[in-house]
Amino acid sequence: MNGVRVLVGTRKGAFVLTSDAKRERWDISGPHFAGWEIYHLNGSPAAPNRLYASQSTGWFGQLIQRSDDGGKTWEPVGNKFAYDGTPGTHQWYDGTQHPWEFKRVWRLEPSLTDPDTVYAGVEDAALFRSTDGGQTWQELPGLRAAKGHLWQPGAGGMCLHTIVLDPSDPKRIFAAISAAGAFRTDDGGQTWRPINHGLKSPYELPDASAEVGHCVHNIAMHPSRPGVLFMQKHWDVMRTDDAGESWHEVSGNLPSDFGFPIAVHAHEPNTIYVVPIKSDSEHYPPEGKLRVYRSRTGGDEWEALTKGLPQSDCYVNVLRSALAVDSLDSCGVYFGTTGGQVYASADSGDSWRPIVRDLPAVLSVEVQTLP
Amino acid sequence: MIRVVLPHHLRTLAQVSKEVHLQVEGPTTLGSVLDTLEAQYPMLRGTIRDHLTQQRRPFIRFFACGQDLSHQPSDALLPDAVAMGTEPFRIVGAMAGG
Repeated sequence: MNGVRVLVGTRKGAFVLTSDAKRERWDISGPHFAGWEIYHLNGSPAAPNRLYASQSTGWFGQLIQRSDDGGKTWEPVGNKFAYDGTPGTHQWYDGTQHPWEFKRVWRLEPSLTDPDTVYAGVEDAALFRSTDGGQTWQELPGLRAAKGHLWQPGAGGMCLHTIVLDPSDPKRIFAAISAAGAFRTDDGGQTWRPINHGLKSPYELPDASAEVGHCVHNIAMHPSRPGVLFMQKHWDVMRTDDAGESWHEVSGNLPSDFGFPIAVHAHEPNTIYVVPIKSDSEHYPPEGKLRVYRSRTGGDEWEALTKGLPQSDCYVNVLRSALAVDSLDSCGVYFGTTGGQVYASADSGDSWRPIVRDLPAVLSVEVQTLP
Repeated sequence: MIRVVLPHHLRTLAQVSKEVHLQVEGPTTLGSVLDTLEAQYPMLRGTIRDHLTQQRRPFIRFFACGQDLSHQPSDALLPDAVAMGTEPFRIVGAMAGG
């Protein structure tokens, strides 16, 4: 019988939530790595019981954990992230140049085909790759050559938080960085270029249409249509139909176009989800109503999804990696909040139920659809 | 034999009980104790000292015999009581938080 496994990273550990395909009753395992920040954990599409977790604290730094039994047991693997060559410098808050310094891993993205190959997006922003199951890590330095000296940290640090692998072209990878923008490689990670044409950041940048410097929060793709990407920017929900050569805004009738995550329905490439947040200085839902917004038209026209979600006095946030979908029929949608709730919808967002209400603040949610 | 006391999270990571016992070759210095500890428990590499600089991580402290040894150079000899194993060398997660 098939089912789903929801991988939840929180401020104080990891949790693994499992259910059968009905998605009504859930088994909750955890906390794994109790007391540590788990920015992200993710499973290999090629071998679903192979999981990777990013574990860190301010005291003891960064660890990477690996599981080969779906999260029942874990072992620490390599945690040495050394920038290639002389790291160089980037823009600092005071306008000076500041040396690159490794802080943590924000994102782990396993290869679509090889369980031992996994990418890590890190702060200060760079992309690393392991081809030995996480034992050793090598930087892909061509990314920082894409005007890295002009990148600057956002309020959350200068982090590479989004890695999107193109299922139709193993040499094409998309990455997003706050606050630098979106980038693409077409040669397997050797060379990269900014793909930010069409983004506008008039409140954040002196040149609103700068080639780099935009605070991209998240990017999502449907695997059947890899040239179409959807982006939640600091402000604005954006779309490209040409793999990032140009972007246009699809915020439409959203109550706020500020937010963090964005996701695409598993079976409907034009159905997308965002969670509007009031503003960049008020990180909670507008009017205290927790609403997921769904567009069935690839943007511009949005409907509020509220059934089962709190519609008063709700002031949680939903972070950039905390929204995900399963690929069952009908599509399940999941998100976690900074208030520790993980909500699930087994009907494409029409109705919602909490799987769990009182976890530590949720940093990330990934979903595996199990055979 | 050198006795090393790890903080809770590193004991969990290294899968050890409260004290770790080490045989250190040569002089018992801060550096030689940490080198031996990391060789015996490789999962601790990078958690006490930075991987690249080998500098103590900012929120880690080293205590022994009622002294704070955190700012000693890595080639500083540890107290005789630590070298003889009558007193432990304590690796401590600094107070931080609220």
